[in-house]
Order: sequence, then C-alpha cells, then structure tokens
Amino acid sequence: MTRTPFILRNRSVLPVLAVLTAFTIAVTLLSHAYGSGVIPTSMVKVLGKTLCLALAAVAMDLVWGYLGILSLGQMAFFAFGGYMIGQWLMYARTEDIVAASLAQNPIPPTPLELQQATANQIFGVVGSADLPTTWAFAHSLPLQLMLVVAAPGLLALVFGWLAFRSRVNGVYLSILTQAMTLALALWLFQNDSGFRGNNGLSGLQNLPGLEGVGQAKVSVWFLWASAAALGLCYVLAAWIVSGKFGSVIRAIRDDETRVRFLGYPVEGFKLLVFTLAAMITAIAGALYYPQAGIINPAELMPIASIYLAVWVAIGGRGRLYGAIIGAVVVSLLSSWFTGGRAPDIALPGYVIKWVDWWQVALGLSFVLVTLFAPKGIAGIFDLMPARKDKA
Amino acid sequence: MPRFRLIAALVVALLMPLAVMAQSLDAVVADSIDQIEKPSRRTVGPLVDRIAATGPQGLALLQAWADRKLVLTDAGDLLIVDGDDAVDALTGDRMAAPDDRPLRPNSGVRGVIESALVASQLTDPDPARRAMALDTLARSGNADQLPPLRAALDDPDPVLAARKARLEKLMTIQHGTDPAARIAAIEAMAGDVALDFRAVLNPLLATRLVADTDAPQGNVARELRVGDDLPRADALAALVDKGALQPFMTSDEQRAALAANIVDGRVAGTPVADLGDPDIRDATYDALEASGAVPPAATESEAREALEAHRFFQLYAEPDSDVTDAARAAQVSAEVRLGAMKGVDLGLDALSLASIYFLAAIGLAVTFGVMRVINMAHGEFIMLGAYTAYTVQTLIADRTLSLVVALPLAFAVTFAAGVILYRLVIRHLAHRPLETLLATFGVSIALQQLAKNIFGTQARPLTAPAWLEGSITINDVISISSIRVAIFVLALLFLGLFLFIMKRTRLGLEVRAVTQNPGMAASMGINPDRIAMMTFGLGSGIAGIAGVAIGLFAQVTSELGQGYIVQSFMTVVVGGVGNIWGTLAGAALIGGLSKIIESLNPANTLAAQTFMILFIIIFIQFRPRGIIPQKGRAAEA
Amino acid sequence: MSALLEVSGVSVSFDGFRAINDLSFNIGECELRAVIGPNGAGKTTFMDIVTGKTRPDKGQVLWGETSKSLLKMTESQIARAGVGRKFQRPTVFEDQTVEDNLIMALKANRNPFAVLAWRPAPVTGARVTELAAEVGLSDHIHRQAGQLSHGQKQWLEIGMLLAQEPRLLLVDEPAAGMTLAERELTTALLVRLAQTRAVVVVEHDMDFVRRLNCKVTVLHQGSVLAEGSLDHVTRNPDVIEVYLGR
Repeated sequence: MTRTPFILRNRSVLPVLAVLTAFTIAVTLLSHAYGSGVIPTSMVKVLGKTLCLALAAVAMDLVWGYLGILSLGQMAFFAFGGYMIGQWLMYARTEDIVAASLAQNPIPPTPLELQQATANQIFGVVGSADLPTTWAFAHSLPLQLMLVVAAPGLLALVFGWLAFRSRVNGVYLSILTQAMTLALALWLFQNDSGFRGNNGLSGLQNLPGLEGVGQAKVSVWFLWASAAALGLCYVLAAWIVSGKFGSVIRAIRDDETRVRFLGYPVEGFKLLVFTLAAMITAIAGALYYPQAGIINPAELMPIASIYLAVWVAIGGRGRLYGAIIGAVVVSLLSSWFTGGRAPDIALPGYVIKWVDWWQVALGLSFVLVTLFAPKGIAGIFDLMPARKDKA
Repeated sequence: MPRFRLIAALVVALLMPLAVMAQSLDAVVADSIDQIEKPSRRTVGPLVDRIAATGPQGLALLQAWADRKLVLTDAGDLLIVDGDDAVDALTGDRMAAPDDRPLRPNSGVRGVIESALVASQLTDPDPARRAMALDTLARSGNADQLPPLRAALDDPDPVLAARKARLEKLMTIQHGTDPAARIAAIEAMAGDVALDFRAVLNPLLATRLVADTDAPQGNVARELRVGDDLPRADALAALVDKGALQPFMTSDEQRAALAANIVDGRVAGTPVADLGDPDIRDATYDALEASGAVPPAATESEAREALEAHRFFQLYAEPDSDVTDAARAAQVSAEVRLGAMKGVDLGLDALSLASIYFLAAIGLAVTFGVMRVINMAHGEFIMLGAYTAYTVQTLIADRTLSLVVALPLAFAVTFAAGVILYRLVIRHLAHRPLETLLATFGVSIALQQLAKNIFGTQARPLTAPAWLEGSITINDVISISSIRVAIFVLALLFLGLFLFIMKRTRLGLEVRAVTQNPGMAASMGINPDRIAMMTFGLGSGIAGIAGVAIGLFAQVTSELGQGYIVQSFMTVVVGGVGNIWGTLAGAALIGGLSKIIESLNPANTLAAQTFMILFIIIFIQFRPRGIIPQKGRAAEA
Repeated sequence: MSALLEVSGVSVSFDGFRAINDLSFNIGECELRAVIGPNGAGKTTFMDIVTGKTRPDKGQVLWGETSKSLLKMTESQIARAGVGRKFQRPTVFEDQTVEDNLIMALKANRNPFAVLAWRPAPVTGARVTELAAEVGLSDHIHRQAGQLSHGQKQWLEIGMLLAQEPRLLLVDEPAAGMTLAERELTTALLVRLAQTRAVVVVEHDMDFVRRLNCKVTVLHQGSVLAEGSLDHVTRNPDVIEVYLGR
C-alpha cells in the first residue's frame, strides 16, 4: 500500500505555509525597521500577537476539534508559558538596571547584594524583598526556555491524568478545566504567590542586552518567530491528525467506549494530545507576552479560554486552518471594534457605539454560528468545488 | 472631753451617709472653702464625700472641680464655668463669667473626686445613671474605683446587680492587691468567653523575652531553647538589647565603612575591584578593624559565644505566679469554649453560604439532569434577577413592598428569559452539550454587555428593608446577619417548593420520567420538549430569585453572576445531577469547606478559593459522579 | 477441555437489583456458544463484566492458558488480550472511511507513541482489501462509514472485529435489523469463525440460534438456568416456564 507524503495528503498544509510566508514577507517589507514603514510598529506587534493567538487556536482545535475535549482552561497554559519567559525577561533586565545603579558605588557589589537588590526591585511592589523559590531559575535563559514547555506540560500531564483516569468527560470535564484555570488565576492574584500578585510581570517588551536595538526591529523579529512557530506547529499538528493517530483521536471524539473495546488505551491518547497541546499553547504564550509587554493573572481568568473556544468554533473546528481563520478574524475584528476606531451607527434617537455593542454582537453572532453554521467560516471552503473532498 | 470627741467623730464617720444628709451644700462649702482652694490628696476624701452627699448640686460641683472648671472668685463665690457661661455652684444662678482662673486640683485629688463621683453614681436612685456609671467603669476603671464599687454591689435591679458583680470581679483581677482575691475572681470567671474577660487576662499573661546568664528574678513563664522555640535572630537581638553582643553590621553599613576608607583605590591594601567577593570584603573589614579605623562589629564566633553563655526566658509582667497560673488556666478554658463557639459561628456562616450556592445551583442541576446541558448564561439569569429587584426598588419606595413585588417578578422575568433561551437556542442543539455550552456562553457575554449598556458599569445598591438589616447576636462570638437568615429561609422554602413540584405534581412526575429514561417517557406520551422547556424555565426562575437574594448583601453589577457561576458549577459537579438532595449536599460541602478553609487562613481568601477548587478536582477522582450519583441506565450514557 | 474463559461465582447488583447472581460460565477454544434468555436475564451485563465495562461485586473471571484474572484489567487491556465485542447497535466511526475504520481495528501495537509512529506495512493494504472483501464492502472501501446502510455498518463492524483477530468473540444480537439473506450470511460467518476461535452469541431469535446449531446456555435472573443443545434446553420444564412457555 503506497502512501503519499502527508504534506500532499493534507491539502491545507502547503497553502497555509504559503500564505503565512507571504504574510510575513509582506509585513516585513512594509514595516518601519526593514521597509517602507507603511505599517507602524504597534501594528506589527498586533499582527505578531495575532499569530500567537492563532497558534493557541490550532492547539485548541487539536484538543477540541479532533479529540473532543472542550478545554476551557487552555489559556492557563498560554499565560503559564508567558510567565515562564517573563520571569527571565524581567529578572535579567532588572539585574542589568540594578547592576548599573550599584556600579555608582565605590565598592563593587557582591553577587548576593546584586541578587537581593534585584529581588527588592522586583518584589518591593508586593512588600517582599526576597527572591521566591519559584524564581530559582530566573537568571538563566536556557532553563526558563525549558520551563516554558516543561512547566505547563507537567501541569497538563498531572491534571489530565487525574481527570481522564476518573473518566470525567463531556461538560463535566469542561467545567473542571475551567476550575483549573480559575484556581491558577486566583493563586497568582495573591501577593505571596511568588509572581507579583495582580501586578503581574511587566516591561517584557525590553529584551535584556538589546536595549539599543529599538522596538521597531524587535517587534519584527518577534513577528518572524511567531510566524515560524505557527508554521512549524501547524505542520506538526497536521502530521498528528493525518495518520492513524488522527484516526484514533477522532474516533475517541466520536465514541470513546468503542475505541476502548478496540483495545486502545484511550486515556493515554488523551493525555498525549492534551499535554502536547498545552505545550504548543505555552510556546504561543511565551511569544505573545514579550510583544504585549505585560502579563498579569487576569489573563488566566476562564473567560479568556472561552474566547479561544469561540474563535475556534467561529473559524470552524475539526480543521486546523479553521482555527487560524477564527482566531485571526475574530481577534482582529474585536480589537478594531473595541478600540473605538469603528464608525458608530447613528439611528434616529440612538447612536450605536461599537465600543458598547460589539460584545453583544459577538455574543449573538456566536449563537448564530453555533445554530446555523456549525462548520464555521472554514465551512465556506466546502462549497468550493475544487475542495469537495476531505481537507 | 477629747475622748468623747473622738468617739463622736467615729460615730459621725460611721453614720456619715445619714449624718451628712442633713448638711446643706452651703454649709459644707462655707466650712471648708480653704480646703477646696488648696486640697491635699490625703485629706480631701471626707470633704469630697460630704459634698457628694449634699445631692445633685454637690455632684455638679465635684464634676466641675475635677474637670478644672470651678472658679473661686475674689469675692469668695464658687462658680462653675463652661466657656463664656458661668453659674453659681451653690445656687445654680446664672452669673457673669469671672476673670479668675479655675482651680487646678492635682491628679491625686482629681482621682479621689472621680471615685467619689462614680461611687455616688453607683448608688444613684436612677438606674440609668447607675448603668452609665458602670459603663464608665468598664471603659476606664482604675484601682481607686474598686472600693466604691465593692461598697455598692447591692442593687435593686437584678441586671445591674449582676453587672456590678461581674465588673467587680474584672476589676479585682486587674487592680486587686490581694492575690487570693484575684485568683478567686479569675476562677469564678473561668470559662467566660466575653471579650472584656479575655481583654483582662491578656495583660496578665503578657511576657517579654529576657536573656540572662542564670535564671532571672521574677515570674518565669518558661525557658526558651534557641533554634527550637526561639529563632536565632530573635535571640541575637535580645543579646544586642542587653548589651551582651555588639550589633551585627548590615552589608550596606559595611560597604559604607569600607568606602570611607578608600586610599588610592585600595582599602587596607586590597584593591577596590576585589571587594565584590564577600570573603575578601570581610577580611578587609577585619583588617580595618584591627587597625582601629572602623568600629568593631559582631562576628559569628562572638555571637556563638554569647549564645552559649546565655539562657533565654519568657518573663510575665505580673509578678505573682499563682495569679498567672490561674489566668493561664482560665485562658485555656476560655479558648476551648471560644473554639467551640467559633465552630458554631462558622457553621452558621457556612449554612448561609451553602444556601446561596444552593439557590444559585439548583437551576443548573435541574437543567443538567433533564437535558444534559450546562447553561453558561445561568450566571446572567442571576444578574437579571438582581437587576429586576433593583428596577422595582427605583419604582416602589417602600422597601418591604418592593421586595415582596421583586421576588415573584424576578422569578417571572428569568423564567421567561429561560423559556425564550430554550425555544430559540437550546432545543435546536439537542444532544450536543458542548455546543450548547458555547452557544449559551455567547448569550452570556451578550447579556452581560447589555446590562452594562442599560444600567452602566457602576454598582447599583439593592437596599434591604429595615427589618432585615442588623444581625442576630447571641454573644461576642456568635452572630449572623438577618439577611443571611432570610436567605437561609428562602433556600428552605425553595427546597420545599421544589420537592413539592417534583413529588406531588404532574409536571414533577414527567420531569422525573424524562430524567430517568427520555425515550420511554416520550413513548408514554410525555412531550419531552415541553418538559425540558418547563424545567429550563423553572431553573432559570430560581436563578432569578437567587439574584435577588445575592443582590441584598452584595452590590448589583453586570458581573454579579460571574462571581457565583463557577461555584454553582462546582456544586452541581460535586453534588451529582438529577437529584435535589445531591445539589443540597454539594452546596453544603462547597459552602462549608470554603468557610473552613477561609477560617484556617482568614487573611488570604484567594488561597482559600484555590484550595477549594483543588479539593474539588481531587474529590472528582473518588466520586466522579458526585456525592449522590444519578441512578439507573440514564447514568450510563 | 481446557477453558479459554472461565467465569465462576460472579454476582453484581445495581442499586439493590441483582443483575447477575452467582453466575458460572465456561467456554473453550474454538467453541460456538449461544446465550439466550428473557429480557433482564443479565445477558448484556454478563458481556459487560467479561469486557471490563462493569466490575462484579464478587466472583472470578479467568482468561487463557495462564488463567489470568480479567477483573484487574481495563477494557482496552482486555480487548488487547483477545476479547472482541460486537455491540447490538452498530458502532462504527461514521466520520471516517471504511478503510480508516479497518486500519484502526487491525491488530497492531496500540501504544499512543507507537500509533503516532505507525506507517503502513506492505501487507496492510492487502489485509484491508481482504477484510473488506470478506464482509462484502470491497466497493465501498473509500466511502465514509456514515454513508453505509444499516446492514453494511453491521458488516463493517464484524470486519473490524475480524481485523482485531480476537481469540474470543462476544456478539450481541447480530441478526437484529438484518434481512433474511443477511442473516444466513451472518450465520455462516459465525460458524466459520468458530472454527478458529471461541464465539459467544447473545440472541433472542430462536430460528437464528437453531441455525447456529451449537451448545446453548439459558440465563434467567442472572444465573444459568440450563445448558446443552437447543433441543435439550427447550425440553427443560424450567426453561419452558420462564422463557418459552409464556
């Protein structure tokens, strides 16, 4: 039995990669740092962040669209990844600043003094002067980069093992994932959580040691990194869902019990996909927050994860490019409408301000999509004759 | 004759209350005007008593004297001044304000006067004044007032008599001089948990840390062992306080001292650039210390020697060990009883929280039981109920009436909202629970924003009727606000109503049938669609009622429901679906547990919520279907 | 005869209702057995216990030459040990092609990582074609399973069971919803299958059971009422009383 390479078998991979490459080149050529400057740096950042959200949506689609677990805690992994990279960014940069100010002293500082002054600078805001144990690796970029995938992955592994082992599924599982992210958010909100309470981590847009480069270039670099991560993870996800493994996880989605009687260890499959998706989401978060500049526990509130599910549903779940379309379209539209730039609609006697009414429109359109277009925006591709067969 | 006069004086002294009664204020004052001008602490007592015995006018004079508002004019008149007003102390007539300065009795004399005032007030025929005097004593009693209080223990009013007896014991413990009497008082009050008794015990048991080479003089509470029950840093600080050890030097001070001794880029011969190494820095400082350029600072070995040479004790401020032993015993027994009462108080708190969760979750549980769908807009129905009550309140001024109107109206509004949601959305998504969850989430964000657009983002107050304000207080520890009692009653009512609907009505029968076996129910002519709609409406309606209840003690905002929705989900998950007793058990568990975790660490409610959720995740491991799982074949689906 | 599956003294109750009551049951290698009984006799629960879906309150379920207890194993472990089950309602994965369904069922390493690394072996295609031919779905191999007729889904499920290569096959009411011709095919298939493995058929339809021409076990109220040839058990007065006599 001959098999075509999966890149050709999965018809969406090449178009997605092509569009992504074209997009990245276009933005680069229109950016301030490397081109004509039509696109301002702030817009480059928005686009870069959108790519990260699209990546999180791809992971969400893996978990929900293919495995059938509606995880309402996916953004916990996203923010977790952001916190992990943020620790290094904040520590390394604060250490540079503190070292510079201590250098004014006639006597050079001891390493302990430097560390304490740095800790004081970071944690003074929550009334502490000591470096919590959670920051033990903050001085090392390689270690924190490892933690970006390892820590959320471990969380997903432990949580998933507990949840899947006890055969919690359906809406119960959704609620449980929601509880997980809420618990994490509430924990981080405390001042003594070791993550600066509700202040969160800030100043993340400044790369330590690269202050001279300027945000115009840095933001384009992050756009490249985000695009590369999205492209690579898309290929990975497409590979996972296209083979026999994809067959099995879709079967689990449709009838878990039957898969068990076929002899497949269902929990193992769930755990593998859930953990992998958590890691991908964490990578997306680790790329997102340096572009956003700040992260705080509000990012983990359950609502953020539900929005992620909404994007995937609107884009079209069960197909990876649908997730990307949903995340890009809805998040860009949302920021356009709530940013106050959308023109208001003047009715006789009442002016519809989009800032006020966008949420209502989004909520209702979401109901409509669920009711009338369960395949989402990506369902449009089914109508095109050339793509009639399975994507 | 002298003998006779002595006896007469004694008789007069004994019969003083009677004897002086006859004397008028004029006479007393005329008699002793010199003493009033220049009183002495030792001799003023009898005079004060005589003045006090003359009646209200005398007491007013004493009060003014003690308050430094009594003026003796050149003409020899005694005036009571108050700002620009003045009255004659003897007649009460209005007078012109005098130029003279008021009399300034010293604090000893004022103490005597105030004791006399209290003593006279304690025996005042007016019970209100006696009660007032007791309040004053309880607030700021001192040793001088103990004898008059003891003299006035008899009281016709039994309540006041009890208060006097109690206060006498408290003051004996605080100010008494006879250890036996104090111990007796402590033992008599042992087990009392009132704040005042505990406040009296605390200073008796206060200790201070003392470092000494040998057992110190005084009432030793216990000896502390460094490292075990005394942190090393505290022990060192005590040694520094005692002067047995030089203060340690902070790294900032050390650095400053070194910086002050830089000579040609070197400190004591060490290049400055090398001072980033802590060991080199210490060695350099020692070199400076040896040359006398910097003051000596404690070193680790000195600290160790000093610690070896000393023992550490906790000393009671109270010198009598029998008294402290009795106080310790009384405190322990008070703490035990206090613990029990706090448990009861915690139970009441938990009960009211559980009632709220129950009201908020029951609708979710019912719809989940019948339709297997989770309504994410449930929280917004709670909010809708609260805003309905708020709107009613703006229209009807009478709080009681508005509440009476609001409750059924909130039910009706949210019932209708639930039915509309069911007809428009949920019935079209039958058997797709995850889609339903997300679609209702869309409704949830739309409703939330709509509420913001209509009612604004600021919190709207929902005021409870006067009879619901305040709280039911049982003692210093146990109290519960009336609103929470009302919510508990409301929850009971709805439990009853719900049980009635489920067990005694046709609708309930059909709901139970659909819950247990939808297919069979449909084949017996029950319209599952109608049943689902009715249950959805009912569940939503109860959410509206919960909204009114929550609004009464929390501010009404568009995010009101969000704050309760996750807990409601937890209640359903923990309790199990399809059975109201499960919801009740879930609410009790979640409510009770949150309160218990909160009481373990009251400062950190966020951590409490985190632990709560972790507990639930673990709980699900052992009872995946909740406390009371659904039975029958439906549960297998 | 050495037993492949040995169920002894098994009891299970749901909320006080005794679904299985001290049931004992043996089946050897390459044996065909029909299990009959009225509704609520415990036929489905019996299969649930063997396949690990339900845990009995007491009793033993031993498997294979080494007499391994199945009670400590999960459903998927039991399936991998060689117990295949066909449900009453055809359950195939409707979103996927016949080929995908069959490939998923093919005997292979079920470990997630192994599945991730799975590549089709040269024989895979041939095996799938062979299986599809055996269940009469050669022309439908690239169709979505959801587009098949009810009977075709039944056949696909049987094909998947064959792909699993189980040593014991539990078949729940295979004839339900089949045309007469299909029934005859099914009977023939089951008889043929029983030449290489043990097959337990749970069935209501007496004609179908008669055509199987095998040993019959009659269940009643959770325990074995009678065992033997169909003629033997139909003459048993107890059986007539509870099952046939009504």
